[in-house]
Amino acid sequence: MQPQRYWREIPQRYRLEAGRCRRCGKVFMPPRGLCDSCRSTEFETIRLADRGKVHTYTVIRVPPAGFAAQSPYVLAVVELDDGVRLTMQVADCGPDEVRVGLPVRVEFRKINEVGKSGVICYGYKVVPA
Amino acid sequence: MREVAVIGAGMSRWGELWHQDLRDLSCEAVLKALAETKADRVDSIHVGCMTGGLFAGQEHLASVMADCLGFAGVPASRSESACASGGVAFKAAYAEVAAGLCDVALVVGVEKMTDVGGDEATYALGTAADQEYECYNGATFPGLYAMMAVRHMHEFGTTRRQLSQVAVKNHSNGLLNPEAQYHAKITAEEVESSAHVADPLRLLDCSPITDGAAALVLCPLDMAKKLGKKAPVKVLAIGHATDTIALHSRKDVCRLAAVEKAAERAYKAASLKPEDIDLAEVHDCFTIAEIMVTEALGFARRGEGGKLVASGATAIGGKIPVNTSGGLKSKGHPVGATGVAQLVELAVQLRGEAGGRQVKKPSAGLAQNMGGTGGSSIVSILGVA
Ligand SMILES: [Zn+2]
Repeated sequence: MQPQRYWREIPQRYRLEAGRCRRCGKVFMPPRGLCDSCRSTEFETIRLADRGKVHTYTVIRVPPAGFAAQSPYVLAVVELDDGVRLTMQVADCGPDEVRVGLPVRVEFRKINEVGKSGVICYGYKVVPA
Repeated sequence: MREVAVIGAGMSRWGELWHQDLRDLSCEAVLKALAETKADRVDSIHVGCMTGGLFAGQEHLASVMADCLGFAGVPASRSESACASGGVAFKAAYAEVAAGLCDVALVVGVEKMTDVGGDEATYALGTAADQEYECYNGATFPGLYAMMAVRHMHEFGTTRRQLSQVAVKNHSNGLLNPEAQYHAKITAEEVESSAHVADPLRLLDCSPITDGAAALVLCPLDMAKKLGKKAPVKVLAIGHATDTIALHSRKDVCRLAAVEKAAERAYKAASLKPEDIDLAEVHDCFTIAEIMVTEALGFARRGEGGKLVASGATAIGGKIPVNTSGGLKSKGHPVGATGVAQLVELAVQLRGEAGGRQVKKPSAGLAQNMGGTGGSSIVSILGVA
């Protein structure tokens, strides 16, 4: 993970900052330069809801590099209370405890450590609420 | 626009082939495809490859392929759309021939996947998903398809056994295909007791890592008699579409909108309906994918793809045979080659050369190739000329 690549996404990963179209109100995470609903290019920064529920999930048992220490872990598509969906880990939750509809709360957590001298990556995860 | 025919089709050996590199595999497939024709030249080369760079440290495949195939000097280009790269390369070649930009076009799909270890392969395949918003948080490809499966089961009551039935059927078809990577009859119980990958998916729900290539030779239909040796196969239509890169951005995570749109465009252009298709090769990278794709193609009603496979309708001899070649599951999945190999199977079937897995007198076959979790898809329909 290159520092500049990591740094660029900090507002989204640390503070859940999304873009809301000033013309039609559609919310984009990550923010983007063009609204696919109304083609507007005017956006305001908003903060996404920090509560939501599990829309779908899996238990990752063959992890990618950098995630071996956490395996097995629960990964989910979470629908936040404002309707935005994101892919995130469900921490502090055993493989048998997760279900569709499980209420969750967003927390700021360590995601992983890349390499011996690499960046320690932080971001959002959810925990059962 | 000119009508276009497929006059040559060929595949290299597929499997874990340590003694063969990108060039050897491509050359083997291309020589077989060209041997089916009387063409004494190639006007254009289209390469489908997802990531020669990450898997084999080699990009600039336009030059590499023209060189190793003995056609240096001929214009060549490479198409990339993750696992749909082969299908997209076919479309590029088709468009050139149809538009009259060239007469004899060569399509070669290739991927050399086993030069890297498991972590590197997972990383390379993961680049077809959203790196910053899926992979960053620990997603893997089986994990993303597993989340589609969980939601499909939740909404429609699709069962674990129905997922297994896809794998059982495709391995049973692969037994009849000498070119398949795996020749092993498997049972639903074996699928369900194989190693966990990403719940509910297990090892035997997943397509394998494969080295392999496939090739096609295209020309205008009115030149097919002169340039071909066998009965030509006609390209009836190609439909192509995209969707969001991240699964979570879609309104419905168990609906493949890109496949639906690509199919709709292809059916419309060919003036055909799903019930007019005699066989289909579909992108069964995971068992749940085949279930969802059969719905998107209109072979089953929404939510009923699981019931379709359980009914036997997609077996050889069924109402709509799916993946007679063994599919990605049993034939193998060298990602850039897959879309081209699906069309090789259709050509073989439409010519009546498929031996033990031959579908009875097919007149139209459909190939559906897909990138990532459905972020891109291409549907091609071939027919007897
Ligand atoms: Zn808007």
